[in-house]
Amino acid sequence: MLTTKKTNSKKTRQIKETFFLYLFLSSVVIGILALAVLLIDVLIDGLPYLNWDFLTKYASRKPLNSGILAPLAGTVWVVLLTAIFTVPVGIATAIYLEEFAKKGRFIRLIELNISNLAGVPSVIYGLLGLAVFVQFLFDGSRNLISGALTLTLLILPIVIIASQEAIKAVPSSFKDAGYAMGATRWQVVKKVVLPQAIPGMMSGIILALSRAIGEAAPILMISSLVWVTFVPTTPNSKFTVLPLQIYTWVSQPQEDFRSIAAAGIIVLLVILLIMNSIAVKIRNKYQQRSEQ
Amino acid sequence: MNKEIQKIAAQNKKRQHLEEKIVANILKLTAIISVTTTLGIIIVLFSQSLIFFENISPWEFLTGTKWTPLFRPAHFGVLPLIGGTFLVAFIAAVVALTLGIGAAIFLSEYAPERLRKILKPILEVLAGIPTVVYGYFALTFITPILKVVFGQDNVIIFNALSAGLVMGLMIMPMVSTLSEDAMVAVPKSLRDGAYALGATKFEVSTKIVFPAALSGIVASFVLALSRAIGETMIVKIAAGSTPNLTLNPLESIQAMTGYIVAVSQGETPHGSVEYGTIFAVGLLLFVLTFIMNIIGRVIISKFRQVYE
Repeated sequence: MLTTKKTNSKKTRQIKETFFLYLFLSSVVIGILALAVLLIDVLIDGLPYLNWDFLTKYASRKPLNSGILAPLAGTVWVVLLTAIFTVPVGIATAIYLEEFAKKGRFIRLIELNISNLAGVPSVIYGLLGLAVFVQFLFDGSRNLISGALTLTLLILPIVIIASQEAIKAVPSSFKDAGYAMGATRWQVVKKVVLPQAIPGMMSGIILALSRAIGEAAPILMISSLVWVTFVPTTPNSKFTVLPLQIYTWVSQPQEDFRSIAAAGIIVLLVILLIMNSIAVKIRNKYQQRSEQ
Repeated sequence: MNKEIQKIAAQNKKRQHLEEKIVANILKLTAIISVTTTLGIIIVLFSQSLIFFENISPWEFLTGTKWTPLFRPAHFGVLPLIGGTFLVAFIAAVVALTLGIGAAIFLSEYAPERLRKILKPILEVLAGIPTVVYGYFALTFITPILKVVFGQDNVIIFNALSAGLVMGLMIMPMVSTLSEDAMVAVPKSLRDGAYALGATKFEVSTKIVFPAALSGIVASFVLALSRAIGETMIVKIAAGSTPNLTLNPLESIQAMTGYIVAVSQGETPHGSVEYGTIFAVGLLLFVLTFIMNIIGRVIISKFRQVYE
């Protein structure tokens, strides 16, 4: 009597075990399947519209005449400007926090502040950029610099945190060797820490910039342009970027504009894919070296 | 000769010290930029929403149930925007939590290391896809499916459910990564104790690991919710722009973020009460996400201490 009950319960436990294994597995599978469906959906909608004309034409009221030259150029401008602003400030802050500052309340405050900034919604950065850069600094001009500065503030926390990680990964024995030779802190940073940490920083910075490329909300607030038919020539130009153009097309009621949007999404995703693989490649190379 | 060398060495040292000092101060200055950003956000949100709160009392703002700032008669009750925001965020959090915890348990307890190393990066791609793409997916793929499932007439083309489901997908990797971290932090000895008593993997996962990692899982939920509340483009594209105090996810709503973007894009004159509304709503959004992020972080730092 007792033994049958025991085997029964063992059986139900085994069934339960298998059932839940598949249940947990299914959460992973659903996530991956959804990703696949999303990508296939975009490809089916967008690929027929993707051709050389699409890349070299301006946006038009007629969907089939539309192209993404203006937002493509705008995105390149914005990324370059954002990189110019972000890289020195991000790296310098990371160096200061890791190598120069004495651990104490001030540093804890700054680090807490940085991790908080990483959690601030991007629209809030849009409001900040609108009030400080567009209205105050440039007197109402919705230009490229305002957009790039806003994105700089947005991705700065990510860049700082990634650079700090890269600096932390430099073995302290390397630094100690430098100090033992009588080098100053700045000399150790310049000659020992930075050469070792730069690949790690680069991959973090590229990932942060790819986040900036995908951001639509703050740029929508700063640029607010819907149909742009020119390529920006100076940092003072008005502009649009890829995600913003995609948003504009998605919001049109006509079916054709949605397909054009899908073609734009493919371009955006390809750019992000390239940037991410570069970042991963740099990271892998760097990890291999430090393991040797 | 010796003296000469000593002199040069002393000069060198002096120069190095000066350089060191200058560099340290420049670096310190850049570090302060991050603090100024936070201050800047707070100052901008308060000063720019001042014109709004001079005309409308905070009480009216927070408790009013009608939001029609751009029409006559204008009503400035923010509850419909808060309701819309939380409706979408709640759906997203439920999706992200169900999928995320399941995935976390599978990755931390069941999957062999090699499989884990393949699956995890693929899942994390979900977090890297731009939000406009999710908006597009919600509007052109999920909404038509919802129309088939719930009936053409019952589902409005811009609806909270579609936006919420897709947003859940977006924040799922965040939940699974944070929960998995919490599960990995549970000491192996606890698991081994249960296995020694003859427990199955499922029993160990749900009765030992899950409760021990619960605080981390709760934290991941709070942080994911905060992320969902701040998300803009998905709700702007797929959830509509009708301030609507409703619990029906098939209706059109407007979220706080959606409202801010919609107005800042338009021709609302700078310095008007209408312009002030976006900063008032922004202030509310900032405070909400700030509080949730702090709660999430406090919970995380607490659960780390337990096992260290």
